[in-house]
Amino acid sequence: MSRAPTSLRPEPTEPRRRPAHDTWTAALTRWVEGLVPRGQWLPERQPVYVASWIYVFGVACLASLVVIIVSGLVLSLGGVAWWHVSTLGHFVNSVHLWSVELFFATMVIHLWGKFFMASWRGDRGLTWATGALAFFGSLGTAFTGYLIQTNFDAQWISTQAKDGLNAAGIGAWFNVMDLGQMMLWHVSLLPLVVGAIVVVHIVLVRRRGVAPPIGATEPSPPGAAAAARAAPTESPATLATRTGVEP
Amino acid sequence: MITQLLAASQPVPAGPVVQWGWLTITVANLLVILLMVVVFVLALLLPFPAPREDEDR
Ligand code: HEM
Repeated sequence: MSRAPTSLRPEPTEPRRRPAHDTWTAALTRWVEGLVPRGQWLPERQPVYVASWIYVFGVACLASLVVIIVSGLVLSLGGVAWWHVSTLGHFVNSVHLWSVELFFATMVIHLWGKFFMASWRGDRGLTWATGALAFFGSLGTAFTGYLIQTNFDAQWISTQAKDGLNAAGIGAWFNVMDLGQMMLWHVSLLPLVVGAIVVVHIVLVRRRGVAPPIGATEPSPPGAAAAARAAPTESPATLATRTGVEP
Repeated sequence: MITQLLAASQPVPAGPVVQWGWLTITVANLLVILLMVVVFVLALLLPFPAPREDEDR
């Protein structure tokens, strides 16, 4: 990954004093500032090829994830007995399940689109890799979700999975028949992991810009115009490296 | 409350399955996959609504 410029703010009239020994706080500040430079935060305009339904599925997937998290939080508030017996509990449980169905369907269609477009082109390999990680992380989250339904389905799945994991030789590391453990994996551990991976995925997309279809040319470095407006002192060469596009 | 708990404890039948040789899949799962393929093809074929003209800002 190319190094981002240290700061997008115009140089202050009185130059900031550089400490003899660079502190980690100063380094962290520069890193955070360069993570998604101003001008690449949210798209103001997009290349013409983005006007296609196939580019909608990443955001549709993200929107489903938001509904999943909100309905999951409500389920945690009510608890197991509530989602089994109350009408509202049933409803929220169903919202949670169906948003997961939508999440996976849109994620896989997104994956198909990116696969057939070879969207890892143009220094976007890490975007593809974080997408793949999000996919496998989501599988684990969905699996532990099935385990904590607290019904016969969950019991059946957990005993089958226990045998499968033992046969694969990894059963000693976690106990899928331990409801408490799986509950915590599902509601705290795995959502945090998936959430963090998705944040990195989106940050990478904002930095690299959307991949052009095969044969199409990228009109200009994505966000370049806006970035130039935000930091007029910056040379076009830095802009080009930052966005991973050859000048 | 008791009736609801009893209802919640009833196993849900898995539903019909189709089989081709080694492959066994429930009709429900097959339908979902076919629907996804249809949505994928439609996403490639259907025209996207024209973008809002904002040149005159
Ligand atoms: C939690 C699941 C995921 C979310 C929320 C998500 C979200 C997004 C979004 C919003 C974009 C912007 C461009 C677009 O929507 O077409 C994107 C781009 C991308 N995604 Fe994902 N994605 C997910 C999973 C995946 C998976 C499973 C893969 C493939 C293994 C993947 C590969 C890519 C690639 C390569 C790009 C960059 C290329 C481009 O921008 O056209 N993503 N993702």
